[in-house]
Amino acid sequence: MGVMRILVCVKRVPAPGARIIITEDEQNIDSGHLGFTMSPHEECAIEAATQLSEQHGGEVTILTAGSSASEEQLRYAASVGASSLVLIENSSGNDWDPQRTARALSTAVRALENESGNYDLLLFGNEAADTGGYQTGIRTAHLLGRPIVNAINGIEAEEGGFVARRETLSGVEVYRVTGPAAFGVKEGINLPRYPTMKGRLASKKLSVRVIEDHSEPGEQYRLRLFRPAEVAKETVILGTDSNAAGAVVDLLEEMGLV
Amino acid sequence: MSGILVLVDSCEADATETINELLTHGRNLANQVNGTLEAVTFDPRYTDLAAGWSEHGVDLIRYLTNSSLQDYGPQAWAQGIVQITSLVEPVAVIACGSDRGHEVMANVAAILDAPFVANCLSVMVGEPWQASRVQWGGSLIEEVSVKTALPIVSFALHSCEAKLSKSSEPLEIVFHEIELDSEAIKTVVTERTEKPAGQSLETSAVVVSGGRGVGSADGFDVLETLAGLLNGKVGCSRAVTNNGWRSHTDQVGQTGKRIAPDLYIACGISGAIQHWVGAMASKTILAINTDPEANMVKKADYAVIANLHDVIPAVSHEIVRRNDR
Ligand SMILES: Cc1cc2nc3c(=O)[nH]c(=O)nc-3n(C[C@H](O)[C@H](O)[C@H](O)COP(=O)(O)OP(=O)(O)OC[C@H]3O[C@@H](n4cnc5c(N)ncnc54)[C@H](O)[C@@H]3O)c2cc1C
Ligand SMILES: Nc1ncnc2c1ncn2[C@@H]1O[C@H](COP(=O)(O)O)[C@@H](O)[C@H]1O
Repeated sequence: MGVMRILVCVKRVPAPGARIIITEDEQNIDSGHLGFTMSPHEECAIEAATQLSEQHGGEVTILTAGSSASEEQLRYAASVGASSLVLIENSSGNDWDPQRTARALSTAVRALENESGNYDLLLFGNEAADTGGYQTGIRTAHLLGRPIVNAINGIEAEEGGFVARRETLSGVEVYRVTGPAAFGVKEGINLPRYPTMKGRLASKKLSVRVIEDHSEPGEQYRLRLFRPAEVAKETVILGTDSNAAGAVVDLLEEMGLV
Repeated sequence: MSGILVLVDSCEADATETINELLTHGRNLANQVNGTLEAVTFDPRYTDLAAGWSEHGVDLIRYLTNSSLQDYGPQAWAQGIVQITSLVEPVAVIACGSDRGHEVMANVAAILDAPFVANCLSVMVGEPWQASRVQWGGSLIEEVSVKTALPIVSFALHSCEAKLSKSSEPLEIVFHEIELDSEAIKTVVTERTEKPAGQSLETSAVVVSGGRGVGSADGFDVLETLAGLLNGKVGCSRAVTNNGWRSHTDQVGQTGKRIAPDLYIACGISGAIQHWVGAMASKTILAINTDPEANMVKKADYAVIANLHDVIPAVSHEIVRRNDR
């Protein structure tokens, strides 16, 4: 393998705190007062790509489908190691469904590959932070004819391909996949680095390539979004200093734990 | 066939309860369409498990094999299921919302270019069919309508209670030799290591969990001591793993573990929804936090409003004192 070319797909999502507020039309999260982020799985996918490119020589491209504001997530990725940023612009104000998203991503990947060569590795998050569809990476890989495994907690490059690991409740599964390949990554695969000042400055200078997409929508429609009913709870305050220890241990005794 | 095809797999450990819940969903759907519930499985232990599946509503088992398939492979399993689907023409294909369930259904849907609805709570077959599903790891519910000839669905874990449903007919088992192309074989498990059985965060009755408020990696010593006295395990929030204080295997939440201990002690954790969804199934929650307004305090059953570094050692001390009496 020469220089390793890696592409990572990320999705801009709101970052709610203690409670999610839904818009009046019940179609979206009210993100008026919220910051934005991406899934921790995707942050780890970027870190995995950066580490592989540092070990083997390579370049990391970040691809997203979303509003023009998604530039924020692209630049964040650049500040931690990505060198090429691509936005498939969706100005509809709503997310595309997973089928449409995968069509758009695969069409863009094909166009980018036609220009500058194939990617050795495509990385996705295991599931998006908001919609949690568990499928966009798998669909995209199928459309591109690449093998894909999801729920991955470890990736190493080897001659001709990759060795990936999945942690299960009972142990570890190893997948040896010949390249070019694709993986859906889970948080915990690594500890993502923080952006440096230098990285931040460099990311501002990078241009964002914008691609238009006219793919057909898929067959899944959102009817409404709502918060599950919450059971109102009266919290019993056991104390306000270390003297609460007695009450806490009474509780533990009641529960049969001590 | 006018029935439901359900992927059953006991190889993801701890699966009996999850399988029974999935089969309960499957039986409900089968009743909705007046059809049968057929299990597709690659599980070599199916002969031992068939009776249990039958008790939970399975009418027939289809055991799928291929000589080059010795272990799990998402694309291989999906190809097999697609072949059975075109053979028996089910009304819907369902699986459980586990890593494998999601993954195989997504691959089936990708092959068929059909929609896949993950993590459903309930499904209504119709024209179009509708489903409610969870988002944000369980913090939100989305209702969707799906135009498709063949619904492909995974059910959120623990989204119903398992019910017995003795089917009237004796259980039939059908063998299928499936065809696999060279692509499918690329993603089959090539090695596996088993970890020694023992108590894990997921199975522990008590979890003492720390957040940013613990302050440092060393700060977790007091939590370890308390967890030891309660025969429990230590968990943590993402702020903690992000700081490198503890390994991600201890993280509770949307992108960490979902746990349901008898007692969850949340120390210095604010209770962001992404953390809460991992802990909300706990039977009892005790929050220790300096901030009476913290979400974790408001949602807990019990709370101590104080510095965790004062309270936790005092609790440990009190346990030892009473034990020595
Ligand atoms: C898509 C997504 C997925 C996520 N997944 C997860 C996940 O799986 N798990 C997870 O935990 N988070 C997750 N998060 C992050 C989550 O949003 C919060 O940022 C995180 O849970 C905050 O951790 P914390 O409560 O420890 O820290 P903080 O929010 O900073 O809270 C610290 C708390 O400690 C209290 N405190 C401080 N000092 C003391 C003291 N001495 N004694 C007692 N109390 C004290 C403070 O009052 C405060 O309430 C996710 C976020 C996103 C966007
Ligand atoms: N709009 C998008 N743009 C780029 N990548 C996406 C988008 N939506 C989903 N993905 C990728 O696909 C993964 C799985 O998404 P999902 O199937 O929606 O849960 C995410 O973690 C991302 O890596």
